[in-house]
Amino acid sequence: MRIRTLEISVGAFMVAGFAALIFLALKVSGLTLEAAEESYEVSARFENIGGLTVRAKVTMAGVVIGRVSNIYLDKEDFVGVVEMEIYNQFDNLSIDSTASILTAGVLGEKYIGIVVGAEDDNLTDGDEIEDTQSALVLEDLISKFLFNKTQE
Amino acid sequence: MVIQALRRIGSKGVSFLETFGASGMFLFQSLFAMPNVRNNFPLLVKQIYSVGVMSLIIIMVSGFFIGMVLALQGYNILTRYGSEQALGQLVSLTLLRELGPVVAALLFAGRAGSALTAEIGLMKSTEQIAGLEMIGVDPLRRVIAPRFWAGVICMPVLAIIFSSVGIWGASLVGVDWLGVYSGSFWANMQDSVQFSDDVLNGVIKSIAFGFVITWIAVFQGYDTEPTSEGIGQATTRTVVYASLAILGLDFILTAVMFGDL
Repeated sequence: MRIRTLEISVGAFMVAGFAALIFLALKVSGLTLEAAEESYEVSARFENIGGLTVRAKVTMAGVVIGRVSNIYLDKEDFVGVVEMEIYNQFDNLSIDSTASILTAGVLGEKYIGIVVGAEDDNLTDGDEIEDTQSALVLEDLISKFLFNKTQE
Repeated sequence: MVIQALRRIGSKGVSFLETFGASGMFLFQSLFAMPNVRNNFPLLVKQIYSVGVMSLIIIMVSGFFIGMVLALQGYNILTRYGSEQALGQLVSLTLLRELGPVVAALLFAGRAGSALTAEIGLMKSTEQIAGLEMIGVDPLRRVIAPRFWAGVICMPVLAIIFSSVGIWGASLVGVDWLGVYSGSFWANMQDSVQFSDDVLNGVIKSIAFGFVITWIAVFQGYDTEPTSEGIGQATTRTVVYASLAILGLDFILTAVMFGDL
């Protein structure tokens, strides 16, 4: 009987370890068991991406509709190119939509906000968003403000 | 005078090398001394019981309190910047990356490592190990290997439980007591914690710690002077060496994992 309780407690110990690992996976790191949502890719060119990172959110009206998949520099035009995946259920974004890099809170993370346009044609896989607004860089803002002050 | 000092340094160096080499060979022999899984499995289960299950209470209680303290301290500092919703992120990253593996390993060295050393040391001083050799049983296979593997298996399990209980304790303090909004507490945590980076690196760390702690513990026990004083010294050495090894190894592992080395 002594041996059985010993084995049962070891089994319970290992099960507790697995349960804790599953807790860490699902609740703490937010892994989901369902497959990643189907998406299509859209790119946009920004003069300054100002601290945007891969995996950042892409939102419309504050609702997440995709995420940033890749960021690189266009070596000919010297602009930052941001590729983003937008979930397939949002397939009716018009082709003249505007993408801008926004900040959550004063010092929060950067994300992309998309404002829908008026055209009838919709964005499809591989399209580029022409109308973009760069990230707000604090130093530029301050220097512009100082420059204007001295002009007065 | 000078020659004598040189001689002393030389002999110290040689004996250090000797101990290090002996412990390395000892490790190698006990690692590969487990060919008969079916016979040795009950031994392993028994050792997991005494090394892991018996350490569970102290690990859970201290994890709970460390999580609560982190939440209190973090809340006090973060609320100064008006960003107390980042509390979940702070607590979970601290626990998963550093405190979980390290504190669990330090407690494990004190709770289980010292017990391993004392047990094996007493076996040696009462000549049980020599007796095993007499009847043709390899003590490395029968006594050392199950204890070693039990330590390596238990350490990550204990560290995972430590982190989970700590995060739970932090959510009790942060959400239920201090009133951080629970949605942003968990969502911020899930945004910043990555399973493959943070959780798995913590597990890798704790496996390395378990390896080092049990290696030091069983070797110190096996190498002890067979006197009551010798066992006491060996137990002290186990705790001191294991703690230092944990902290030093933690720096190296952190530099490799998170420091872009």
